[in-house]
Amino acid sequence: MVYSYFPGCTLKNKAKELDLCGRAALKALGISLEEIPEWQCCGGVYPLSHDEIAIRLSSIRALRYAKQHEQPLLTMCSACHNVIKQVNHDMASDEYIRTRANAYMAQEGYEPYAGEARVVHLLELLRDDVGYDKLKEAVRKPLTGRKIGAYYGCLLLRPSNVMEMDNAENPTIMEDLIRALGAEAVVYAQRNECCGGYLTLEDPQIPKQRAEVILRNAKASGAGMIVTACPLCFYNLKRHAAESGVEIRYLTEILAEALDVRGSEAEEV
Amino acid sequence: MQKIGVFVCWCGTNIASTVDVKAVAEAAKSVPGVVFSTDYQYMCSEAGQNLIKDSVLTYGLTHVVVCSCSPRMHEATFRKAVASIGMNPYMLEVANIREQCSWVHKDKEVGTEKAIALMKAAVAKAMLNTPLTAGSTPVTKRALVIGGGIAGMQTALDIADAGFQVDIVETKPTIGGKMAQLDKTFPTLDCSSCIVTPKMVEVGQHPNITIYAYSEVTEVKGFVGQFTVTIKRKARYVDESKCTGCGACIEKCPMKKVPDEWNMNLNNRKAIYIPFAQAVPKIATIDPAYCLKLNTGKCGVCSKVCGTNAINYEAKDEYLEVGYGAIVAATGYEMIDVSKYDEYAYSNSPDVVTALEYERLMSAAGPTGGHLVRPSDGKEPKTIVFIQCVGSRETEDSCHGGKPYCSKVCCMYTAKHAILTKDHYPDTDIYVFYIDVRTPGKLFDEFYRRAVEQYNVHYIKGAVGKVTPNAETGKLDVQAADLLLMEQLQIEADMVVLAAALEPHRSARPLATMLTAPMDTNDFFTEAHAKLRPVESATAGIYLSGFCQGPKDIPETVSQAGAAAAKVIGLLSKNELVGNPCVAHSDEWMCNGCSQCENVCPYGAITYEEKEFRMPDRTTKIRRVASVNPAVCQGCGACTVTCPSGAMDLRGFTNQEIMAEVDALCL
Repeated sequence: MVYSYFPGCTLKNKAKELDLCGRAALKALGISLEEIPEWQCCGGVYPLSHDEIAIRLSSIRALRYAKQHEQPLLTMCSACHNVIKQVNHDMASDEYIRTRANAYMAQEGYEPYAGEARVVHLLELLRDDVGYDKLKEAVRKPLTGRKIGAYYGCLLLRPSNVMEMDNAENPTIMEDLIRALGAEAVVYAQRNECCGGYLTLEDPQIPKQRAEVILRNAKASGAGMIVTACPLCFYNLKRHAAESGVEIRYLTEILAEALDVRGSEAEEV
Repeated sequence: MQKIGVFVCWCGTNIASTVDVKAVAEAAKSVPGVVFSTDYQYMCSEAGQNLIKDSVLTYGLTHVVVCSCSPRMHEATFRKAVASIGMNPYMLEVANIREQCSWVHKDKEVGTEKAIALMKAAVAKAMLNTPLTAGSTPVTKRALVIGGGIAGMQTALDIADAGFQVDIVETKPTIGGKMAQLDKTFPTLDCSSCIVTPKMVEVGQHPNITIYAYSEVTEVKGFVGQFTVTIKRKARYVDESKCTGCGACIEKCPMKKVPDEWNMNLNNRKAIYIPFAQAVPKIATIDPAYCLKLNTGKCGVCSKVCGTNAINYEAKDEYLEVGYGAIVAATGYEMIDVSKYDEYAYSNSPDVVTALEYERLMSAAGPTGGHLVRPSDGKEPKTIVFIQCVGSRETEDSCHGGKPYCSKVCCMYTAKHAILTKDHYPDTDIYVFYIDVRTPGKLFDEFYRRAVEQYNVHYIKGAVGKVTPNAETGKLDVQAADLLLMEQLQIEADMVVLAAALEPHRSARPLATMLTAPMDTNDFFTEAHAKLRPVESATAGIYLSGFCQGPKDIPETVSQAGAAAAKVIGLLSKNELVGNPCVAHSDEWMCNGCSQCENVCPYGAITYEEKEFRMPDRTTKIRRVASVNPAVCQGCGACTVTCPSGAMDLRGFTNQEIMAEVDALCL
């Protein structure tokens, strides 16, 4: 199966591991990715104002590409996924946004778009398209004995009626993945809370407090490692993780490790 | 030959200020068929009615048109007036020139023009009006009450006291309902059991009441005065006529690990059980899901110890068919499943409980004997957080899909819980997170203020975002926002109590389908009129008691239960019911048997039958044709507009009459 792939800015610099390991793992699973040519930054945050059309356009261009090529649109970064999926929902359900955005699209010479593309996050691809049973069979180096806590953050699951990935308050999609890779999934209460996000720019104390609460909760529940799909969560947690001794990794890193594609194949891509 | 009289009412200034009533009366004179017209200040007054009556007699009128208020208001008044002098009441027609004319117009010229048009339409219809006579049906003098909680019990008692036979059908092994599970009641703090169990005994001993406990209604046929109901009596595996409720079987039953629903699954019961000591009827029931004998064939201990030989493992469900004149729905409520509110960690910690579980934890007859302790470790809680509106008052875009309405009783019972807890342990810290505190009702706000002012309960306007079970401290970390101080709060709590939304019992929706009684989108039964007929369903012969009609506390439920009983008594005291003659009827020769009318009929009044017809060529032919039961038909007209062949017609509002009105307005 072929997917249109939207990597996002961070995955090309700060979060290279998320991108490289993800690609290598999918290659090993027989999945081809076509990186969308000339993709643009998703904007980082979903525009909450109704009349902000222009900053939705980069997402719409990526969605339109996927629609034209009749491929699902794959994302790995939580933030990109959140923005693109919400914009896709707008285009399908909000006539005001759709009409105005399509007026811009018409200037670029494209057909109107109405939310036809299917947006999938890597986790959904693994759960729904590959299947965790199949994934389990493909694992060459099971992570036996490792105690790993999933960290969802806020963007991956919410708003849940739009994201439709999992139960936002008691998710299992990442824990099931961790189990499929042979590790023990540590379920802890703070796993779907906000890390403080961009507030790190305004008041670093807030993400610091948040990270401490999250790390303390994860460690008390027995986690030796936390995995995430969000570069910003990764940044905020990693900055404050040293004291706790909890290791912070991207989920694609443990995926690649279990599939034994880390290293050579990752670098080839 | 029709001789029509037109009577134009001023309604004081209500009509006369925007409609030139004299001009309307004058215009009527030139309408074909009208032989007399006049106007009067208050046509509904006795003098006005006499004016109509005298004119009918003086001018030999055959039809009367009254131009006045809505027919909802005074049609019955005027019909009664003309009937008193021997005119068929359905020869009278009302033109609404108030609500639909004078009240909505400002310009007198325009208003007058419209009033004349409406008068002409009414005259056109009156021309075609024919005398109608209502039929009558006998009334079965027995009532069915579905649900044996406080609502059903009160309704049954009131009907029974009036001398009529009443049957109660209750799904649980005992009557008593939710009220029997409560510890104390607000705002008086009297013991719930102490007031409800005597009521249960009264119901059990009443000579006019039959209780079908552990039973369900499975089919309802018939119509007002003549219902036939099938009642499924689920197999108890214990002979009701032999069991004395001694409890020897329960003591010896080896199957000890059955969740006790009576105690909200906080402890276990045996596979053979009596829900609680004051159960009515006090008869043991075998739980077929857990009984070893029924599931594995081995055991049979209860049968061996039973002194009256009441155990019967071969028992089967039985079905009864009983006739009733009236049916009362009193199906009550249940709490929503709070497990989807995962942010409150209900599924992850035994110390997060619903309000009903908390009720059992405080009850002297509960799993802890009334000693309030944490379910996890049996220790007394020092800090308790109450969260209000869990699943109530949710907006449409909420991802939880909760209820849009206010469950009404939670603010009061939470204040009660707080006060009772403080009475048990005065040094407990209690926080209540609320959206609004709603305490209208006699002595209600005083009660809430007592919790705040005397008991020092911390009421915080705000919301709890997350409850995190803390593995290190064994407590619950509550993260919340105080919206008045705009502060984030972190509370280390021993227990969290969720005031979960209350929803109509799950059996209500299928029951409504059986009764063809309308419901709203929240599965509450809809009353016939929000203000004026609050205890009747729009479906004739169906009455509503208690929470099934909308959220209510106990005193409101008891009041409504009594009101429903009064309506039932009014019905059952009649020997026969005079129907509404304005019902649908089918022209069998035009009916093509398509079933569309049957599908749209909201009351189940239309059935199809195979009928033999003698054709013009003297052969006979079997045809499938619609037939309307006039006792069930409410005259809504849905079938007449659906019928593609024009076979279905509504008496009093015939297709011809409606077309004549339209022609008068448009031509």
